Amino acid sequence: MRHILILGAGTAGTVMANRLSRRLRSQLRAGRINITVIDPDPTHLYQPGLLFIPFQESFRERITRDRAPTLDRDVRLVAAEIAAMDPDHDTVTLADGTVMSYDLCIVATGARLVPEETEGMMGPGWRESVHEFYSLEGAEKLGYALHCFVGGKLVINVVEMPIKCPVAPLEFAFLADAYFTNCGIRDKVEITYATPLDGAFTKPTAAQSLSYLLEQKGIRLETEFNTGRIETTSPAWETAATSTEPRPPAGELVSWDERRIPFDLLVTVPVHKGAAFIATAAGLGDAMDFVMVDPHTLQSQRKANIFALGDAANCPTSKAGSVAHFQAEVLEENIVRMLDGRALEPGFDGHANCFIETGHRKALLIDFNYDTEPLPGMFPYAWGPVPLLKESRLNHLGKLAFRHAYWNRLLPGRDFPGIEAQMKRSGKRMPAAVGS
Amino acid sequence: MSTLTAVARNAEGFLERVEDWDRELALEIAREAGIAELTDRHWLVVNYMRDTYIKTGTAPTIRTLGKESGVQVKELYALFPKGPAKLAAKIGGIPKPKGCI
Repeated sequence: MRHILILGAGTAGTVMANRLSRRLRSQLRAGRINITVIDPDPTHLYQPGLLFIPFQESFRERITRDRAPTLDRDVRLVAAEIAAMDPDHDTVTLADGTVMSYDLCIVATGARLVPEETEGMMGPGWRESVHEFYSLEGAEKLGYALHCFVGGKLVINVVEMPIKCPVAPLEFAFLADAYFTNCGIRDKVEITYATPLDGAFTKPTAAQSLSYLLEQKGIRLETEFNTGRIETTSPAWETAATSTEPRPPAGELVSWDERRIPFDLLVTVPVHKGAAFIATAAGLGDAMDFVMVDPHTLQSQRKANIFALGDAANCPTSKAGSVAHFQAEVLEENIVRMLDGRALEPGFDGHANCFIETGHRKALLIDFNYDTEPLPGMFPYAWGPVPLLKESRLNHLGKLAFRHAYWNRLLPGRDFPGIEAQMKRSGKRMPAAVGS
Repeated sequence: MSTLTAVARNAEGFLERVEDWDRELALEIAREAGIAELTDRHWLVVNYMRDTYIKTGTAPTIRTLGKESGVQVKELYALFPKGPAKLAAKIGGIPKPKGCI
């Protein structure tokens, strides 16, 4: 009997378990292999839905489901926290002390928010004037704060890269612009987007075709802003209604080079790290506890029988569900090859495919990989071509429809017709070769 | 020894190919950016960034540099004025930190 252990049952772990279960069905049922998935949370969260929660365009019940039914019946789910991993002895230790050994281990424990890494973030303003929308609790609290917001300085900030869904903070800024416009108070809200990168758009073609968005929506941009600390004065609600004096800002975002951005409401994206047990398994993770893997085979650099995919892996591509989906297709093949004793296939090309909400029921679609930046053109979806790198209502509908596809196609590990693991160049307008 | 004019660079002056880099080029890029000399402290940062990039495909962030490279964040800004992440990457011959679009 060979044991395959999958750590984490988020998007990556679930897709992986279901794909392997189908691929190895006869061996599973014959008792030659077993697949165990470990995850402490009984609920599966549809993370792309978090963006809409603060704007009351989605709600908890719509974006969560019981975890167990999302997994194939031939997969065993163990509801437990992972305390440690020992790559030398091929074991994983659970929080209750149970030791599980494996022949093959797939790390899919994702990324976690670490707000305590930033000085002052979890001070008195936390979840009062300082918010995040990367957790269900955070997104709901932010929804309440937005609902109560009567005007002032809204600051959206990314502390550092990498983060999950790197465009989400920008989408949040676009949706906030639309939200306050619809509320009739847009003229009372100053929106600032503060990023550690040198622009809201950092790749040449996207920068060229999308820079108009910030100007059009009146969003102030603060670039190369590396957050050093957050100083909060008092929670926004304390000073909100009673006084006629101009109220002081709820706090200030301060960079390492002492630039200050005052805010009444801060929507920050805290530092992301990999699971804590990765930090203590020597040589497994990088400085941020993401598993160091070969970017094409997804095999751990630490040991041959360990793999990682999704947000947990340190591949230099986006941390996004589409990436996990494409990686799962490649990794399924490589796990089977490993079991058969064959050479691995370096099949992952960094492919990502994401809808980007721009507000007022429009969205963009981007499709890229390690070597090709997001380009304009048409994307050949099975149900018809949709525009790339250009706002359209069709893309917004695509993003909304995707929730259904997520539960019914993506998580069960079925392929999407017309969308392959490797990025296709057809339909894209390639830039003229420059320089080299 | 290669010189700046002989290597391919993008519109912002970053090297197109990581392997084209050497210490001479680093000095030339630094001078172009207004840093007259590269001290041992500069080299500590540049080498750490370059090694991390070659190993992982991603350059470290300012905060990680401050924790891991042996140079505090405040000093990073003194060494590489305005934007250490971008400037040290440029001098180290690796791409600037990027988002997905």
